[in-house]
Amino acid sequence: MAMRKVAVVGAGMTKFVRRAQETGKELAWHASRMALESCEMTLDDIEAVCLGTAPDSFDGVHMKAEYLSDGAGAWGKPFMRSYVGGGTGVFTPIQGWYHVASGLFDAVLVVCEEKMSSYYPHGQAAFMTIFDHTTERPLKPNLLWIFAMEMNRYMHTYGISKKDIAQVAVKNKRNAADHPCALLGDPEITVEDVLNSEVLAWPVNRLDVSPVSDGAVALVLAAEHVAKRITDKPVWIQGVGWNLDTAYWTNRELAYPRYVEYAARMAYEMAGIKEPRKEIHIVEPYDPFDYKECHHLEGLLLADRGQAPQLLADGVTLRDGAMPVCPSGGLLGVGNPIAAAGLMKVAELYWQLRGEAGARQVPGQPKRGLAQAWGDLMQVGTVIILGTNP
Amino acid sequence: MTNKFKEFPGTPLSEGDFKEGKILFYHDQMKADFAWDTGVAIGSYLAALKEGYLLGGYCQTCRKTVIPPRTVCEWCFRPMDSYVRLEDTGTVNTFSLCYVTWDVKRIKEPELPAVIEIDGASPLHGIMHKLGEVDPEDVHIGMRVRAVWKPPDEREGAITDILYFKPFKEGES
Ligand SMILES: [Zn+2]
Repeated sequence: MAMRKVAVVGAGMTKFVRRAQETGKELAWHASRMALESCEMTLDDIEAVCLGTAPDSFDGVHMKAEYLSDGAGAWGKPFMRSYVGGGTGVFTPIQGWYHVASGLFDAVLVVCEEKMSSYYPHGQAAFMTIFDHTTERPLKPNLLWIFAMEMNRYMHTYGISKKDIAQVAVKNKRNAADHPCALLGDPEITVEDVLNSEVLAWPVNRLDVSPVSDGAVALVLAAEHVAKRITDKPVWIQGVGWNLDTAYWTNRELAYPRYVEYAARMAYEMAGIKEPRKEIHIVEPYDPFDYKECHHLEGLLLADRGQAPQLLADGVTLRDGAMPVCPSGGLLGVGNPIAAAGLMKVAELYWQLRGEAGARQVPGQPKRGLAQAWGDLMQVGTVIILGTNP
Repeated sequence: MTNKFKEFPGTPLSEGDFKEGKILFYHDQMKADFAWDTGVAIGSYLAALKEGYLLGGYCQTCRKTVIPPRTVCEWCFRPMDSYVRLEDTGTVNTFSLCYVTWDVKRIKEPELPAVIEIDGASPLHGIMHKLGEVDPEDVHIGMRVRAVWKPPDEREGAITDILYFKPFKEGES
């Protein structure tokens, strides 16, 4: 395929908070403006806008993309929202990538926004509508059910304990203590804190879950000739992949996310990666629940099946380990405004690979990172690989 | 982060800011009523539930028996060949003990959602339902369970015609 090289040249984000005073439009604008200022560009330089935001049911607003468009700088430009559930935050920069890689546009603004707090009293109830209306909703399902059942199946299949998995929440919330936008950073948190927190849906305790949040993140993507004019440190998009599993989620093995593997293989092939465990230096897998980080590392082929918790026990996935995982603090620590949380992971790779991550900077001048998100009825995998070489 | 930015936008509010009227807000409720067609395959599934049995679908090409039934096989994209009557017994594939309702109210006695692999369907093919008549401490993956049905005259052709699944020992009726 003859495709152009695409780089990330700017990034911006708001704080992630439980409830923001700002509207979704205002959050989107803050993140967008910051991304543009970070690379000294203006909206006039932007040829198209890609927007990601999760279900309209959170906001009670129909056609959220059009509602958010002024904050995202979309007026008078080619504009489209992409939406693949929780996978959106990593899919939207993929959409931006093919806008530029195709030759259609030279500079694109990618904006992901989420305001989950408007749904009253708790955004959780809005998730009822993801279940099948006839065969599942009459049972009054709770979103926690499917995660708790997937976690239980994962633990049972590989003989993993809740304590092994709680270590992930501890790592990520400690990492988030160094993130200026984080909602739940805590340098002192312990495994006991997680295990002793309220049981919501066994095996899931309150501190195994990321919090619903409000926030926005934006990136500027540019074609090679533009990127080299803007910055001497472009961060290149080396590979992308996405994949979907069956919507009949009770008709498949829940212990292993094969759709994540398929998405990862697509991205590795594009990036020319043969040995991902040696060639990926930083990983930002989707971690709305602590077990999901493990589950996804395995689907990404970065850990053997059932062995991801051992990597953490061995210190490999700590910020100063051989393969840091969620050095940002992840969704568990920074917060989980769904689409924005996924794009936060891509922004983290951008800052890490430029050596600009401040207190969160992983040592050893990393050259390549992978971000992944996941969503819908536990069936969507989206993967992006960023690196310092084109 | 980029060294240009020391301050990040976003103003946190608390629940108290709403309760104490420190900020302006507009509260409204949407009422949304729907009547969903069951469609062809799920219509047959619901009709079978009303009769007191579970219905699956069979694809001869893929040799798969799935539940609930569907009109198209998503693997080979051919029409499903036939409906098949399945047992109302199965095996717990996974479960949770849930202390929170769908609308985030806390409850003392947990709900027991489970994925139940249905006897007669292909391996790993199950449905989501709830468990009952069991001590939450005793629930385990691999537990054999049987459907507990509403009385025939109370069934309406809905997944709730099965009240829950309860454990049984092989050989017991
Ligand atoms: Zn087939």
